[in-house]
Amino acid sequence: MYSIGLLILFPLLAGLAIARAPDSTIRAQRVRWSAGAIAVATILLTLLHLGLGPEFYSVPGWLLWTLDRFFMLAGVALALVLLYFCRRILAREWYIPVLILLQTGLMLSAELAPVHPEVAHPFYIDSFTLLMALIVGVVGGLICLHAVQYMRDYHAHEHAVADRQPAFYFVIFLFLAAMFGIVFTNHLTWLFAFWEVTTLCSFWLISYSGTDEAIRNGFRALGLNLIGGVTFAAAIAWLTYGPGLHTWELDRLVAAGSALALIPAALIAVAGLAKSAQLPFSSWLLGAMVAPTPISALLHSSTMVKAGVFLLVKLSPVFHDTYAGLLLSLIGGVTFLVTSLVAVNQRNAKRVLAYSTIANLGLIVMCAGVGTAAAMWAAILLILFHAVAKALLFLAVGTTEHLIGSRDIEDMEGMVYRRPEMAAMLLVGILGMFLAPFGMLLSKYTTFQAFLSMDVMLGDGLMLAAILAFGSAPTLFFWSKWMGKLVAMPRRPQPSTEPIARDELLALGALTVITYVACALFPLADKVFVIPYTHYLAVLGLIPDVQAVIPWETVWLMTLMLGVLFVLPLLFWWRPPRFAEVSGYLSGANVDGSASYRGAMGAERMVESRGYYMTSFFHETTLLRYGGLGTAALIALLIGGAAL
Amino acid sequence: MNTHYAWWLAIAFVVLGPLVGALLAGIDRRLTARMQSRQGPPILQPVYDVLKLFEKDTLVVTRLQTLYLWFFLLFMVISGFILFLGSDLLLSLFALTVSGIFLCLAAYSTNSPYSNIGSSRELMLMMAYEPMLILVPLGFYLTTDSFRVADIVAGSPWQVLQLSGILVGFLFVLTIKLRKSPFDLSTSHHGHQELVKGLTTDFSGSDLALVEIAHWYENVILLGWLYLFFAPWGPWLALPIAFALFFVEVLVDNTHARLTWSSTLKATWWVTLLVGVTNLMLLPLVV
Repeated sequence: MYSIGLLILFPLLAGLAIARAPDSTIRAQRVRWSAGAIAVATILLTLLHLGLGPEFYSVPGWLLWTLDRFFMLAGVALALVLLYFCRRILAREWYIPVLILLQTGLMLSAELAPVHPEVAHPFYIDSFTLLMALIVGVVGGLICLHAVQYMRDYHAHEHAVADRQPAFYFVIFLFLAAMFGIVFTNHLTWLFAFWEVTTLCSFWLISYSGTDEAIRNGFRALGLNLIGGVTFAAAIAWLTYGPGLHTWELDRLVAAGSALALIPAALIAVAGLAKSAQLPFSSWLLGAMVAPTPISALLHSSTMVKAGVFLLVKLSPVFHDTYAGLLLSLIGGVTFLVTSLVAVNQRNAKRVLAYSTIANLGLIVMCAGVGTAAAMWAAILLILFHAVAKALLFLAVGTTEHLIGSRDIEDMEGMVYRRPEMAAMLLVGILGMFLAPFGMLLSKYTTFQAFLSMDVMLGDGLMLAAILAFGSAPTLFFWSKWMGKLVAMPRRPQPSTEPIARDELLALGALTVITYVACALFPLADKVFVIPYTHYLAVLGLIPDVQAVIPWETVWLMTLMLGVLFVLPLLFWWRPPRFAEVSGYLSGANVDGSASYRGAMGAERMVESRGYYMTSFFHETTLLRYGGLGTAALIALLIGGAAL
Repeated sequence: MNTHYAWWLAIAFVVLGPLVGALLAGIDRRLTARMQSRQGPPILQPVYDVLKLFEKDTLVVTRLQTLYLWFFLLFMVISGFILFLGSDLLLSLFALTVSGIFLCLAAYSTNSPYSNIGSSRELMLMMAYEPMLILVPLGFYLTTDSFRVADIVAGSPWQVLQLSGILVGFLFVLTIKLRKSPFDLSTSHHGHQELVKGLTTDFSGSDLALVEIAHWYENVILLGWLYLFFAPWGPWLALPIAFALFFVEVLVDNTHARLTWSSTLKATWWVTLLVGVTNLMLLPLVV
């Protein structure tokens, strides 16, 4: 209990200390220490609570009363801050203040209700929560570490951007505190306050550079997340005034089952979809890519967007075996398919990562809607593997950008030869995202199994499995294409000797090792974090008691593959082949290595070749428009259907 | 299936797989020659070719290309090993995919325009056939309630009828997998195509031999997949059928002109959707 309070308060205090640091060296030192302390604290917390099963904590009456008032005032203060920021909106963004007022009004009406539900256990810890806390603490900590040098370089390059680093770090640490709040809080109104704090942080950090584009994208993120905020607040109001279920506790909401809890669960699910940037809300995440890269890594791929799917997975037992759950899965499925196809079009590495993030979150949403033990198993492991591999990829792209001055995939040609260490990290990240024997693929495997044993209506799971099969194919294409650029032999030498900063190297190296080790030790992660959680739900009778089991034969075959991927390069390094090296075939006499050749009429011709982006085959705007319309209709059906 | 028997089968695949694959390739060449009213090479010609490749000098653009090719070969062997061990079919497919990606990486690494376009096209072909290949294990799962090859072999004799749509779809993508016309976009056995030798342009000597051997393994694996559809009828019936269907692909190869990548992608996805997905959706009604 006190450890939870500490985890939420410490980042706040650390953020204040960093913001008040007298100069940049001391500030950097404080960021490093605080990030390290948070990472160590979450690991210690995990070790202390491992295997204890879910624990619920009550607080003394006076504290509950005080905190209730505190969070209510915090909500009002937050609304005032957001309204203050709204002084810079355009006429067409009129809906943003309206949404703020609507959401605050709904919350206040619930909190000031004459009789409101009593909350017995405002905080809790279970194994899924611990896993999320580890992701926030360890991955978040490493990203903060990476940010120290990155932000210094960023301001050295971007002279037009005002240096607001003290505030920048404060907002990041405030965000970490809010994330810990989200994962440990069982009290829905408090959880909502933390939820809105992450929206505020995201808005501020997207707008950080202060350019017009950044500010517009910030407001778009704010507006779309506020739609989720309003539905979340509506769910709380329903749970206060509505017929049937009266509770402000997440665990009791989940335990109430689909008969009682479907309406509030569907409303909260919309908030989760908005936060996880699912279609039709997805555009804000693309816009968020204007933020500095550590922000994209922290908020927009590994933690904040995970808060959305975290809640959906928590609510997953409510959706089990309902049409609402099927609709939710379909929203995730359409998002997965559409964004995977659109990602093929992208040349900008950050946009590829953004679309792939949305797609993977879509996959998790698909699993959350199914709500069997196997599907939840897959969803939780996807959250873990995606958080690690994507954080690695974002940070690696950020560092690469500073080294080669571009985030265009075409410019990353020959990274294996130009910057072997960067290329190795990028390759591990990419392999971790989609290829056997890495974790993401393992989760996909279980997902197929979970879909095939669904039972809502005829052919439901098959439809989802077919969507998954079609969506996985373009994933394979765009990742492999990128890897192809990285491994290509450069046509002309492009030396780059600038060293990678120590902090960045440490963060990247640690994430690379974690990506690899998480895959090798996944049976452990499974045993420690996932099985206790799904087992507990099964014991409560919320989900059918069929546990996902990966047979040992599969595990050792996976290990064999992982071993081959590890040992073979070592063998090559130890005893490289002694073949003669020549320049590539150009169907003419090569003049300058592979860079040019003597063509017809004796003229020297330069060689250029680029990747395929298939822009005439998949149309980004069309796909997104129809995907958005389809999912919007599905959401309307979801809420309408739950209400009827 | 008896465990010892399964182990022997898996080991036999690793040891004898290339030989069977080479024989398949030899028969393929002989049949093709006969269709074109030629005499054709001896059945063992592919083996002689590969042995000769090993004796030639190997020229590389980058030494890493050999590493990627070894990955290609090893993951191919792992995929077949899983299949013939009677283990997980979906896992075997994943290993096959990894293997295919490493072939593309090897070609990308040489970075000549021909290999480059060849590997891009190969990736597009993978994107085209991957959904259909995934539907095959899913179909088997619905009929036998397991992804395990051993359970599929011991399945119901009706499964090939239940999965007839998926079988048609599989035969369609098999043409791509075997790099047969009309889908031999990334590399071709017929000379004079616009990409020189596409994917394999910059491989020579023992590197090229690795590619050939991996292809032999691949063909045996694909024959194994084909066999699975008929497996419950017992080997005496199932093997001849699988062989016959396999060689129908040679006929297709010799009677069709090459398509463009966009029409291939469209055609394959439509076939997957119309035959494969429809079959899958109807399956709960007939199982």
